[in-house]
Amino acid sequence: MPERELEMYYGPQHMGMVGNFSITLSVEGDRILEAKSNPGYLHRGFEKLMELRTWTQNFPLVCRVNVIEPHSMEMVYAMAVEELAGIEVPERASYIRTLVLELSRVASHLFGLWAYANMLGFDTAAQWAMYHRDLVLDLFEDLTGSRVYPIYIWPGGVRRNIPDGFKEKALDTLHKIGKKVPDYDSTFFNNRLFYDRAEGIGKISTEEAKDLGGTGQILRGTGVEFDIRKVDSYAAYDEMDFEIPTREDGDAYSRIWVIRGEMIQSVHIAMQCLEKMPSGSVYNRPPNPFKWKIPEGETYVRVESSRGELGLYMISNGGDKPYRVHFRTPSYPHGLSILEKILVGESIADVGNIMMSSYIVAPEIDR
Amino acid sequence: MGSESKGGEEKNEVPSILSPFKAIKYLFKKPKTLRYPSEKKEPSPRLRGFHLNDWDECTGCGNCADICPNDAITMEEIPEIEAGPGEKNERPKIDYGRCCYCGLCVDVCPPGSLRLSKDYLHIHSDSETFTSFAEDEGSESGNFLPEEEYSIFQANLNHRKEDNEGFTPDLEYSLFEPERVSMPQVPPEERKLSFIEQVVGYSKKEAEKEAGRCLECGLCEDACPADMQISDYVTEIYEGKPDESLRKIYEDNPIPSICGRTCMKPCEDACSLSTRGEPLAVRWLKRYAADSIEDYLETLNPAPANPTGKKVAVIGAGPSGLSVAYFLTLKGHKVVVFDSLPDGGGMMRMGPPPYRLPVESIDKDVNYISSLGVEFKFDTTVGTDVAFKDIRTKYDAVYLGIGYTVSRSTGIENSEKCTSVLDFLRENKIGDGADVGKETIVIGGGDVAIDAAREALRLQYMKYLGEKFKTKTVSLEDWDKMPAREEEIEDAKAEGIEFNPGWGPKKVKLDDEGKVKGLLCMKVKSVFDENGRFSPTFYEEKEMTLEGDMIIEAIGQKPDFSFIPESLTDKLDFTERKKVKVDGDGQTSITGIFAGGDIVNLNMDAVNAIRDAKTAAEGIDRFLQH
Repeated sequence: MPERELEMYYGPQHMGMVGNFSITLSVEGDRILEAKSNPGYLHRGFEKLMELRTWTQNFPLVCRVNVIEPHSMEMVYAMAVEELAGIEVPERASYIRTLVLELSRVASHLFGLWAYANMLGFDTAAQWAMYHRDLVLDLFEDLTGSRVYPIYIWPGGVRRNIPDGFKEKALDTLHKIGKKVPDYDSTFFNNRLFYDRAEGIGKISTEEAKDLGGTGQILRGTGVEFDIRKVDSYAAYDEMDFEIPTREDGDAYSRIWVIRGEMIQSVHIAMQCLEKMPSGSVYNRPPNPFKWKIPEGETYVRVESSRGELGLYMISNGGDKPYRVHFRTPSYPHGLSILEKILVGESIADVGNIMMSSYIVAPEIDR
Repeated sequence: MGSESKGGEEKNEVPSILSPFKAIKYLFKKPKTLRYPSEKKEPSPRLRGFHLNDWDECTGCGNCADICPNDAITMEEIPEIEAGPGEKNERPKIDYGRCCYCGLCVDVCPPGSLRLSKDYLHIHSDSETFTSFAEDEGSESGNFLPEEEYSIFQANLNHRKEDNEGFTPDLEYSLFEPERVSMPQVPPEERKLSFIEQVVGYSKKEAEKEAGRCLECGLCEDACPADMQISDYVTEIYEGKPDESLRKIYEDNPIPSICGRTCMKPCEDACSLSTRGEPLAVRWLKRYAADSIEDYLETLNPAPANPTGKKVAVIGAGPSGLSVAYFLTLKGHKVVVFDSLPDGGGMMRMGPPPYRLPVESIDKDVNYISSLGVEFKFDTTVGTDVAFKDIRTKYDAVYLGIGYTVSRSTGIENSEKCTSVLDFLRENKIGDGADVGKETIVIGGGDVAIDAAREALRLQYMKYLGEKFKTKTVSLEDWDKMPAREEEIEDAKAEGIEFNPGWGPKKVKLDDEGKVKGLLCMKVKSVFDENGRFSPTFYEEKEMTLEGDMIIEAIGQKPDFSFIPESLTDKLDFTERKKVKVDGDGQTSITGIFAGGDIVNLNMDAVNAIRDAKTAAEGIDRFLQH
């Protein structure tokens, strides 16, 4: 044991900590010798609560698991319910779901960009990101009636059809965001100051990432083209033309460039959805919510959330409520095993930097 | 930095230190920040904010409170609201401290009265104000203000903007299924050829699907005269347990096979689903439960009651007589039922045509009641075959369920040449089959008249196939006022029966041999007087003749009390509407004599007869214990 080892707490009350999370660091000087993640500040008992509510009543609940990206949460829950209950989704509804999920990815990445840039002191780009996220939330408000918690992706499709004028407004917003990319680049992604702070830190190799359950940007930042939208396609993704951005270095800078590429791809996918949207019904009515019982069975479904593989394991014992629900959230392995690994040897000043580049959000770790 | 980027994006090897300065240009642009509230942002048309509820449309069914995942909605009684059938005098009250604005309540609201508005601001010093009734613009509260009086600084649940509706219900996206599972029926061209049962009945799958539509709000149960536990027995059907369902049905209704086919179904009129969609097919579901059980006794197997040693005589084996016999037997009393017909069922056996109520279905219900130990004395007319006073002395209590058994006549010229509807139906059901003319005229616009017309048509098909024949009806009431049920009228029309609404009979025309050759009719001026009482007036000069060789009078029936000795008739009290007066126990003004069914209630249908029978059974039981 080194002579001047010191234990210090990083969060939950810390300027550099985003979210209700904390890390216990063993440091010598400002070098980290060991990091220990402390989850639990945000445990709300969602999985247990879901066992007490009917299949329909869980919809207003499930989106609240992760405030940053409620749509993916709704999507996995709807997919699991549809699979167990054998409900078909109309084609148009699949397109609307894809659109919503991609807009959600853009909103989520912009929110992440705000948090990351803001924390590092790049306030200009951060404020722009917040503004553009708000434009996407405007679209959600038009589509779903709520800015944050949509309760829109239902079993059997989506809750309402697309309103008049939505396509034009959505395309306008997507163009606005797309046109802003050069400005984001010059102030943040291609900013020398950012490069110097992010390059080479929080490095992880492909093997380590795979061993520790890394998905999303963590894995793609090491050069692996792994994306659930491609390997286990859902909604209307197999109809969409898009690429999976990757980088080779596995450091914070790589991860943030993967995120940048993803945002651009998402804008393209959303535009394709709007252009190719088939006509027809958007909702196959599930059974009466007061009598709905789902046959006995269990399933694991997964989607590519903005952070990686988001899975849902669900058991029905034939009742009107889920018997057990378990989320496999990407931030769980990222925030616990991987973060503890990649923080070792880094400086205290880079803890928040590495954490945000790994895109860890506390509500996904605690549920 | 030798890495390749994929996704088509180029980047510099090492980014420039100068690039961020490009952002300086934004210093000279207008800020994007909204100067709220001077610069307002209009909420989206679909915004999910505070609730709106149209109290006139709201039925108080409470489905919103049931679906609410947060228990934010409570149903509170409003004493000022007079709730009719299919309504409760409760309205939803919302605790906004618990509401999550998910809008499930909107999508499950059957009448679509509950909506969400675009209001979402509540600024108030009193935390109690967080709980509020969902109400609508134009309500007396005056909480909704026009644009010019509204101020965003005072925005709260009592200070809201007018015309601010947001998330609204849409039947296409409702959580309930507004359309019922269609009932398979024999098509008109096939069914009119014989007395085959028109309604085929639900299959197991169809019944379970239909039962699955029930929202369990219980408005139907409030409307059912027999207090049937509809939500419960429908749920049992949904869960694939028709035997359990039948057990629940038998707690309140001992003639499910009959009622499942002929009930006037006030429950379906009250069904909350009927406000914007089709009501749950409660009657057909009851029929499904009854039909899917072969042997009632084996399935129901009621626990035998301890014999009390008391004996009750029931006069009339119609719905009320059968029911009172059933309930009293379960209480351990010995019941003997007298009826002048050769089989049980009373008016249910005589009246409803076999295409609606097959004889086997009546037998099934009657036989079960008989198998419980009820003794039936058929072909026994009280007053003729057995004296009423003997019955009174031999039995501890007497129940009169005699019904309306005498047809009324129009009393027009030559009306004695007409056939009375009850004779016609009775001959057809019990006798060797009634005679029918080639051109049959039925006078009357009620259900019985339509029954007679449809039966006559079937007889014509059986007797005159290949020849020319016709059945027509004539009624005082016009289309919109005709007392028969609409579905009956539609079915009859589909089968080819001619209707002549708005005409009154004036004279039966006879040929030289004194046989019927037609009916002279006159145009109706009005059917009811200004007090709403039946008092038809005619345009005497506007005449029309309906050709026909047979006329059936189906203008109503009356009871026959002639079996009661004169010494007692004086003591039997009647109401103003000429009904037998009974107390809360179903007892008439003569001690020990109880009554129910058509001679007591104004509705004059089976389900009300069962209600009377339940009351009387309790009353008789109490009477016998004293």
